[in-house]
Amino acid sequence: MGLDIRLPLGILFVLIGLILGAYGALGDPARYQQSLGVNINLYWGIVLFVFGLVMLLLSRRSKRAE
Amino acid sequence: MTGIDWLILCLYFAFVLGIGVTLKKSMKTSTDFFLAGRAIPAWVAGLAFMSANLGAQEVIGMGASGAKYGIATSHFYWIGAIPAMVFVGIFMMPFYYGSRARSVPEYLRLRFDEKTRGLNAISFAVMTIFSSGISMYAIAKLIQTLHVFDGVFQRLGLGSSSIFDVAIVISAVVVLVYTFLGGLSSAIYNEVLQFFLIVAGFLPLSYLGLKNVGGWTGLKEKLGPSFTHSWAGMAHAQTNRLGVEWFGLVMGLGFVLSFGYWCTDFLVVQRAMAAHSMSAARRTPLIGAVPKMLFPFLVILPGLIAIALPTQPATAHTGVTLTSAPPGQGIIPLKLDATSGRPMLDKDGKPMLDYDLAVPSMLLHYFPAGMLGLGLTALLASFMSGMAGNVTAFNTVWTYDIYQSYIRPGATDLHYLWMGRAATVFGIAFSIAAAYMANRFNNIMDMLQLVFAFVNAPLFATFLLGMFWKRATGHGAFSGLLTGTAAAAIHHGLTLPAGAVPGIKGGWLAVLHTYPSEMAQNFWTAIYAWTTCFVVTILVSLATRAPEESKLVGLVYSLTPRPPEEKLPWYSRPAPLALIVLTGTVLLNILFW
Repeated sequence: MGLDIRLPLGILFVLIGLILGAYGALGDPARYQQSLGVNINLYWGIVLFVFGLVMLLLSRRSKRAE
Repeated sequence: MTGIDWLILCLYFAFVLGIGVTLKKSMKTSTDFFLAGRAIPAWVAGLAFMSANLGAQEVIGMGASGAKYGIATSHFYWIGAIPAMVFVGIFMMPFYYGSRARSVPEYLRLRFDEKTRGLNAISFAVMTIFSSGISMYAIAKLIQTLHVFDGVFQRLGLGSSSIFDVAIVISAVVVLVYTFLGGLSSAIYNEVLQFFLIVAGFLPLSYLGLKNVGGWTGLKEKLGPSFTHSWAGMAHAQTNRLGVEWFGLVMGLGFVLSFGYWCTDFLVVQRAMAAHSMSAARRTPLIGAVPKMLFPFLVILPGLIAIALPTQPATAHTGVTLTSAPPGQGIIPLKLDATSGRPMLDKDGKPMLDYDLAVPSMLLHYFPAGMLGLGLTALLASFMSGMAGNVTAFNTVWTYDIYQSYIRPGATDLHYLWMGRAATVFGIAFSIAAAYMANRFNNIMDMLQLVFAFVNAPLFATFLLGMFWKRATGHGAFSGLLTGTAAAAIHHGLTLPAGAVPGIKGGWLAVLHTYPSEMAQNFWTAIYAWTTCFVVTILVSLATRAPEESKLVGLVYSLTPRPPEEKLPWYSRPAPLALIVLTGTVLLNILFW
């Protein structure tokens, strides 16, 4: 249908992952008292970044297969 | 809301609109616009099938029910949605997809007659407009409640009284742009984005919440068995939190209401009709059922955690505050009367909790800036795609089943494509009107939803007979639907949930029977409506002339050759998938018994 949804999905999650991860890595750790001491921005940011990468990879692979 | 939260929110909006713009150039025919060119891969259609239903009522409502009724809320998934999704995929999709009907009402015309289609098309069109209006109202209300825009408005020197209006306009414009440009494809793609956003925004919430209360064991200790068992106590209405006995639950919710929704509602069925092949269409609901099965852990669990936490006032953030209402139980505040500002009391004189705030308060409680932005974005995304789902279903039914059939048949395809776009515009305009109506006259909305429930309750009987009994006739179907709806209304008018006053809650004719809860009354209303429709359709069909069998090929089970099993690996075939989904659901029911 003209557009492989994994492409925008991948880009969006890579960006969100980067933003959250960087914010978590650079920001004030005292902020995470609220989330039970877990730096949720950093860890979840990494997970979302990896998910985004996988989506991008899958979309590239299917494009090459065509 | 701090800078980073806004950044994530704006990023999402940019992608939503970007998808619409990218898809615009592939919208060449009406099939592209209304049916996504019938080219959607099964996994995309499957996620959209599930997400189209994941609107405001679902995300906020399931969390609220989790806090109110506990894990028994999962019945809406594990006895409700899943069996129905399996049924539509395995048994009904061959007729929906195979008949090449472009909509559910159109199937009714092919199978029965014009009047049955007209009745279904018109009631469905009206319903979708109101549903999308209610979604829009919910978005605007949430933005208002969370005071998300207040800071921006102060800086711009605008009064906070216009926040509701601005929120309505923004959500309407965003949905308008992307459905206008990209039609159903755009809506489906955004539903997929929304699905992953909800998982991304809510999974950490369940994780942190569970960690905080000491896992499922900790939750069980704090809340007690009535919250943490789904089936124990279902023998009698008085021994469980839902106030329903097992028979009413299984028949009313599990059979009539869930099958009526997942198997006949064009909003969801449209997603499967857009799939690229018959086997993809059949797999669509089955693929959707896999995440559906697991979603109680994302949307119901936060509600349970919210009520289990020590009672405390809502957490405040820079630029997002929840409410100034005093704490009720857990982190759920008391419900305040909108005019007097005092806590509302229930029939026993106890203050009521504002359960709808369970999920938003959880987000504010656990998420720091950053994750909070993602959580709120997920919430807004689900509201908007719930609305877009209704808009795309509306423009299709309007254009194919009303405009092309009754107003202007025989025009060019390009004209209908144009009409679809126009319908998107006035559909959204009507939704805005409905949103304001919901805001001003709460009672009218309650009444409308009641009427829709009456109209929907008998539907599944019509489809079941239509697809599996070749003798069913158009007159039978039409009179069955009318009497079924009437039976629902009469049953509602003669019964009342315990403790309610006659009126909108029922008993407006006379009170012959009192149900232990509103839910029990709803389920039994549906059972009566379904049974009436089923019996009347059979009787009238037998009394009227049988339809010609040659015209029913591809529409009725016994007259349609079995589709040849395509050469697919086992995991892509519908039957094994269905087996996996059903086994998983049975296990979950046992696990949380």
